[in-house]
Amino acid sequence: MSWRDEWRRARAIAWKDLTAERRSKAVFNSVLALAVTILVLFGFALGPDTQALRDAAPGVVWLAALFAGVLAFNRSYQTEIEGGALDQLVLYPGSRRAIFAGKLMGNFALVGTTLAIVVALGVVLFQVDVPAQWPALVSILVFGCVGLVTLGTLYAAMASRSRVREVLLPLLLFPMLVPVLIAAIQATKSLLGGDLMHDAGAWARLLAAFDVIFVAASFLAFEIVIEV
Amino acid sequence: MSGIVDVPAIDATDVARRYGSSWVLRGVTLRVAPGEVVGLLGANGTGKSTFLRIVATLVRPHAGVLRVVGHDVRTAPARARDAVGYLAHMPGLYDDLTVRENLLFAAAMLDRRPQDADAALVRVGLGRAAEQRVRALSSGMQRRVAIARLVLRRPRVVLLDEPYSNLDASGIDLVNALIGEWTEAGVAALIVLHELAPAAGVLDRTVTIVDGRLAPNATDHQRHGGAMLRVTG
Repeated sequence: MSWRDEWRRARAIAWKDLTAERRSKAVFNSVLALAVTILVLFGFALGPDTQALRDAAPGVVWLAALFAGVLAFNRSYQTEIEGGALDQLVLYPGSRRAIFAGKLMGNFALVGTTLAIVVALGVVLFQVDVPAQWPALVSILVFGCVGLVTLGTLYAAMASRSRVREVLLPLLLFPMLVPVLIAAIQATKSLLGGDLMHDAGAWARLLAAFDVIFVAASFLAFEIVIEV
Repeated sequence: MSGIVDVPAIDATDVARRYGSSWVLRGVTLRVAPGEVVGLLGANGTGKSTFLRIVATLVRPHAGVLRVVGHDVRTAPARARDAVGYLAHMPGLYDDLTVRENLLFAAAMLDRRPQDADAALVRVGLGRAAEQRVRALSSGMQRRVAIARLVLRRPRVVLLDEPYSNLDASGIDLVNALIGEWTEAGVAALIVLHELAPAAGVLDRTVTIVDGRLAPNATDHQRHGGAMLRVTG
């Protein structure tokens, strides 16, 4: 089975997930509503202190992305389980890694879009100045999103066959995401503050290293995770 | 004939499976030859569907050996999987996609052409419903979409779990015609059945699971209304 075949299958799975989501909008609407609610509530809780809002913005944005992501990850396998489609999916020939890659791409598109909206909204609500190094900020958001979505997609697959998957997923996922979130929040914070300590690059490299490790490990582990 | 023909399509020896501490299958031994059609009977909860899922590599056996066209489901599940087509009790479709999109997705996963997906839809009589969303279809029509996906798969062993449920008379005829085409091409079929009547004329033999094992007189078709069977095993 060549990598072209696997790539074709991964694209087919991502296309299938995104087409179904585009029609139903079941996940995107709820994910976005949750993320916006978190932003607004934190905004009210922190009060009118502009500096406090700016300091809290990176943490709140990533927290909103985390909770919104968990909803999306759970849902991405729920649609497979409900009608017995997961059985058919794993019966297709080829490596199961194509399934993971397809789910990963679909979830990345969904959570990445949500994150982009949350960041735009966060800039307005928390009165954050867009930094001159905004391309670096975009890179951090992409790196952070990759880490979040990779682990989320893997652990959602692990929890998918459990009847208590909604409870199980956060229990499994949150501890594993701590290093990614710390690095993403610190890098975002440094960039939004003008990178005075010149530490954004170090946090970004750490984040990229986590991504490489988690992506490689997840592709290897998925074969076992999805196996009966 | 070549060696491939001599290899049983399904070769199960003392296959056992438990859920928790309860053994559902206690040692099923069954051999199905290429081109043979076997009906799998038994009361509710006797493990018929579990056995089918083991053959499909969806469930691992806890004991025994099971080979699909010579490939052990435990040690070479990917090769065994490539040979089987599985029609489950649930259709396994995506409700928010159209009928054609479901088939195009299956075609992409199976390395088939889009034209093959369209031909499969026509074959099961759903050419006119191609642009309807699956959510809007009756359960019988959803069953036909699942059957079209099976046609697209071109398996060497077909595993059918109550294939006639929710189907009207023309649907039953369709399933039987497909089984006929498959067996002529040397494809083996193992069919879980609750009623023998719809499968009359296509079964070569029946086997019955009782208490997690095949009944001693497993090929006795007379118990199940015998004369309807084409050939007795």
